[in-house]
Amino acid sequence: MKLHEYQAKEWLKRFGIRVQDGQAVETVEDAVRAAQHLAETRKTQVWVLKAQIHAGGRGKAGGIQLARSLDEVREKARALLGKVLVTPQTGPEGKRVNILFVAEDAYGANPKQHQEYYVSFLIDREKHQPVLIYSREGGVDIEEIAERTPEKIHKEWIHPALGLQPFQARKAGFQLGLRPPTLRKFEDLLLRLYRAFQAADASLLEINPLLHRADGELIVVDTKMQIDDNALFRQPELASWRDEREEDPTEVEASKHNLSFVRLKGNIGCMVNGAGLAMATMDIIKYYGGEPANFLDVGGRATAETVAVGFRLILKDPGVRAILVNIFGGIVRCDRVARGILQAIQEIGNVRVPVVVRLQGTNAEEARTLIEQSGMQVYYEQELDDAARRVVELAQTQAKSSIHG
Amino acid sequence: MAILVDQNTRVIVQGITGKEGTFHTQQMIEYGTQVVGGVTPGKGGTTHLNVPVFDTVEEAVRATGANTSVIFVPPPFAADAIMEAAAAGISLIIAITEGIPVQDMVKVMAFLKGKATRLIGPNCPGVITPGIAKVGIMPGAIHRKGTIGIVSRSGTLTYEAVHQISQLGLGQSTCVGIGGDPIVGTSLQEVVQMFMEDPETEAIVMIGEIGGQMEIEAGKYIAEHGTKPVIAFIAGVTAPPGKRMGHAGAIIGGKWDTAQAKMDFLRQCGVHVVENPAKIGETVQQALTQQ
Repeated sequence: MKLHEYQAKEWLKRFGIRVQDGQAVETVEDAVRAAQHLAETRKTQVWVLKAQIHAGGRGKAGGIQLARSLDEVREKARALLGKVLVTPQTGPEGKRVNILFVAEDAYGANPKQHQEYYVSFLIDREKHQPVLIYSREGGVDIEEIAERTPEKIHKEWIHPALGLQPFQARKAGFQLGLRPPTLRKFEDLLLRLYRAFQAADASLLEINPLLHRADGELIVVDTKMQIDDNALFRQPELASWRDEREEDPTEVEASKHNLSFVRLKGNIGCMVNGAGLAMATMDIIKYYGGEPANFLDVGGRATAETVAVGFRLILKDPGVRAILVNIFGGIVRCDRVARGILQAIQEIGNVRVPVVVRLQGTNAEEARTLIEQSGMQVYYEQELDDAARRVVELAQTQAKSSIHG
Repeated sequence: MAILVDQNTRVIVQGITGKEGTFHTQQMIEYGTQVVGGVTPGKGGTTHLNVPVFDTVEEAVRATGANTSVIFVPPPFAADAIMEAAAAGISLIIAITEGIPVQDMVKVMAFLKGKATRLIGPNCPGVITPGIAKVGIMPGAIHRKGTIGIVSRSGTLTYEAVHQISQLGLGQSTCVGIGGDPIVGTSLQEVVQMFMEDPETEAIVMIGEIGGQMEIEAGKYIAEHGTKPVIAFIAGVTAPPGKRMGHAGAIIGGKWDTAQAKMDFLRQCGVHVVENPAKIGETVQQALTQQ
């Protein structure tokens, strides 16, 4: 789960970390009030308006604006709120700006005199432990740095039980060229950041840039934070910070039913048990010249209800021309799935597209009988190859007839 | 011989009295697996499905001589259950549980360091040596005794591969599901190596997916030390970057995370890469006749 910048900063502040301060607002009036408040508390004369969307590349897309007066705050907040931002990470459809973070300007009149660093914590899956990554080249795209000048990126692996040690933090500081007393501040900051990372069950905490001001202050200017979905059960507060407006509504609904759904661009809906088989089913559709409309894993705990929900989720997409249900029994019993499919079709009343059902494994014969005796427009296939060819063919026929008819 | 699981495997089930634990323990016993006990804290001294239940793994091991544990404990307590099994001297732990927080797994891996315990999973279907023992949740009936070793990051996609191989009259030496999480106890490369060293295995099927670099590591090993044909399928050619495709581990981050990059690399390593997941069985058959 991704956090907004303002939420991540709220979290970091609890660990005594100095962040570029501000307030999240959703209206122009609140933006102006927040700016006035910052003028009083932080003596801010210049404000930064930052669009809060779950995608990077905001700056270049015009999602971060400087305002030098309250009138300018009003004017720019009006322009930004509700605007659809298109960045390299949002896709062509972009993301609507619902929230603005009205922040102090941490750089002052002479921004060139400061330094910007990159700092992040994440889990190294190959080494099975957290890793600190840092670089003197902050404020720019870190992937680019990694590509062109990998020697400028440093890593420090962290002991899983003992955590980040002060000597590691000092080493990072010296690598960045810091000297006491700033070095001490930096050491303290890294230890706090690691605690914040751990306490949140984060899978990523990225600070970019970390501003090193000429006056010696270290300030978190921008931050990205992701929480491990598997840990949300013990992070109720962070879980409540989820902003569903940032997600595809169908994907949100799916997750409420413990289904895993990802929307894609094609016209063949898929419902599969197991993530690997679901991906393989999408792949084979593509292999035979079709395009999958979605990824949908009905998982190991699938009940008739959740399978029915999955079916309705697929049918929400008006572009879907055919559906392939591919269930290999194991944890999920095929007869249970068959009942779910039939129940869903009955509830929806009129399924407008052909459905190819491929059921294999535990209780497959029982499921086949259920489907064949249902009297519904459902095609049964025993093998994956036949099922994939069939659904691609049906989708193509449907697409043609919808053009002509 | 096979690998990991054989006639000497004596299994305890952690979480035996739960719904999933009960269902799959029954299935394992029916398959012929030696299930010698179960562990549910607070239910020690009772019997469940005709096997004794213990409060702790330590007691279970002392009383039954178990060497393998299969874990059905819910995610909040699963990491603890794995460490308990390792502390009790269990040599093979198979963690079925899906949804364990990654920071818990980081701790588990640190705990296991230096111990003679092997962890398979979590978030995996388990291990089966057909005709001998099934330790996990896979449907036993689709398997046939044979000489193809299968290792996979997926569950049901493994069943698909098994099914295709069995349909062609071939069989499996052992099938190992290593799990779909970002951190798993045993890597693809480690299992590939076990199969290379197993005299009963003639060919290896490796099923990978997007995310991480485990397939790359396995490919490097195969290029250097491979003595048997390896057939690979990598799921997720159609997966968009940055999206979690069901498995916590299946997310495209870097350039080596894509299915295409992994397939290209494996081809260079001399692996038979299958593009159509319905042709895994046929490709195995071809690779065997080419030999």
